[in-house]
Amino acid sequence: MAAPDPEAPPTASARAKDKSPWNWLLFIPIVVPLVPAFFNGDSPRLFGFPRFYWLQLAYIILGVTTTTLVYQLTKKRGDR
Amino acid sequence: MWRDHLTEIIIFTLLFLLVSGMGFVAARWRAPKDMAHLDEWGLGGRNFGGWITWFLVGGDLYTAYTFVAVPALVFGAGAMGFFAVPYTIVIYPLVFLVLVRLWSVSHRHGFVTPADFVRSRFDSPVLALVIAITGIVATMPYIALQLVGIEAVLKAMGVTGESTIARHLPIIVAFAILAAYTYQSGLRAPALIAFVKDSLIYIVILVAIFYLPYKLGGWGDIFAAADAKFDASPAPGDGVLLNANNQLQYVTLAFGSALALFLYPHSLTGVLASRNRDVIKRNMSALPAYSLLLGLIALLGYMAIAADVKPLPGASEGTVDNNTIVPLLFDQQFPSWFTGIAYAAIGIGALVPAAIMSIAAANLFTRNIYKEYLRRDATAAQEANVSKITSLVVKIGAVACIVFLDPQFSIDLQLIGGVIILQTLPAVALGIYTRWFHRAGLVAGWVAGMGLGMWMLYQISSPTRKHFAGSAFPLEKFGFDTQKTIYVGIVAVLVNLLVAALVTLALRAAKVAEGVDGTAQDDYFADEGDPRVTPGPRADADAAPEPVA
Repeated sequence: MAAPDPEAPPTASARAKDKSPWNWLLFIPIVVPLVPAFFNGDSPRLFGFPRFYWLQLAYIILGVTTTTLVYQLTKKRGDR
Repeated sequence: MWRDHLTEIIIFTLLFLLVSGMGFVAARWRAPKDMAHLDEWGLGGRNFGGWITWFLVGGDLYTAYTFVAVPALVFGAGAMGFFAVPYTIVIYPLVFLVLVRLWSVSHRHGFVTPADFVRSRFDSPVLALVIAITGIVATMPYIALQLVGIEAVLKAMGVTGESTIARHLPIIVAFAILAAYTYQSGLRAPALIAFVKDSLIYIVILVAIFYLPYKLGGWGDIFAAADAKFDASPAPGDGVLLNANNQLQYVTLAFGSALALFLYPHSLTGVLASRNRDVIKRNMSALPAYSLLLGLIALLGYMAIAADVKPLPGASEGTVDNNTIVPLLFDQQFPSWFTGIAYAAIGIGALVPAAIMSIAAANLFTRNIYKEYLRRDATAAQEANVSKITSLVVKIGAVACIVFLDPQFSIDLQLIGGVIILQTLPAVALGIYTRWFHRAGLVAGWVAGMGLGMWMLYQISSPTRKHFAGSAFPLEKFGFDTQKTIYVGIVAVLVNLLVAALVTLALRAAKVAEGVDGTAQDDYFADEGDPRVTPGPRADADAAPEPVA
């Protein structure tokens, strides 16, 4: 369907930018926060917070770490 | 009485005037050569870096209404209200790769709205119109709800009146000022104000999160007070933890809301205004800072329980307005000068998203209705002008919604808004990856998803309301023998996908024309510096022919 464009030839390095096996890591912070069995409980408590609250707040760190990691690992490939 | 809140009112007014001034000055900030172009007025020059994007998108997604309504939900229902936290965690990895592709293709082709993309990708002005109208309808109540956020603060300050007009006068004035500077400065105004808004909110919440537990006897006591309240209440769904019946609702609501958020036109406006792909990817890691903030704000609901805050009465007799609990908590616990700052943070927090949303809705109207159906040969300057005027109309409409209708109506509409915007998922989000779906199949899927979603929402009742009483649909009504509930949006979008796929197969078998893809494979990877990614006015090869002035 995609017509090749004479003006801007598709570059292989540009295309490689999106594709990386590291991207699969992104599924971890999507799936883990959506499993109630992990967080839906009271103990252990942390600073008085039931697990339900501190663990879900801790998932923010999981999300940030994963997206940062994937960004750093995929950045170098086909650098401009 | 308002006289008891004089310090708060003075500080609130001063900060409000400060940001209003910034809003007007913003037109000269990173000034363009020519403001009369939608890329400038509507997308701030498409040149925002990491920090500006962070403040802009953060200020846009985490609205004043969120900051008022989420703790109100936690105050009323407990754990269920905390869904906002997983919701705003899963969203960033979810859209991490999707948004950069959309950014690339939009910059190559000069797309301003999601409907622009759909039009070109599926060669279908009709599908684009459907997407545009869905976007406008979903955004309008969202703007109106920002007013609910401001109103909660005004109520807590005692700024109320006897007649309808007197009660709403402060909001009308505030929105008139907002409309004026958005008209003049476009997206630059909320981008600049977002710095002030978010700084204020971060300060207020950090103070609240350390100072209030100290005053209220520590987190253990706060959770114990909440537990005691929910134990005593007769409602089955509330509690400090989830129960067996609302876990599915919790997870599907978090996931469905995450899918919906970046389909809202105003979220994409902030993304498309960024300078390059790296800015977006870095922001996907940095934006969760706001999620932490939101999680802590949600817990203000429990602090209000521990502090024994009683919500103010609602609009109709015998009801209470839970949205007032956070302002009341601040008023009760903080010295009045700090309460003034906190109120200003919420009030200004309403202005940033309201401005961006009205710009996004105006862009949709201009690009996908005005230019497509009313005036095909509109110049760039005419487009910008139509958008500016439309943004005024949109704001007047939002104020009218709040002044003349029951605010509950806006809340209902926003609930519906989440479900209907989700119905654009197959065309917009999946369209970024695949053109497998037939354009008519996507329209059919949209119709099916909308119909089912509306029916399901209509069926949901509560002890106080017969219809539209939330988004938790009892699976019992589908004939399952269970007490579990599920988020309406997820069911509707699954049916939407199913219908779209079936109709696509049927149309393909019947060899119905599919149109020509206006985008090329390579467009989805283009970045800043690409010869065809041009800033400012461009001659666009793929969209409708446009006279080059």
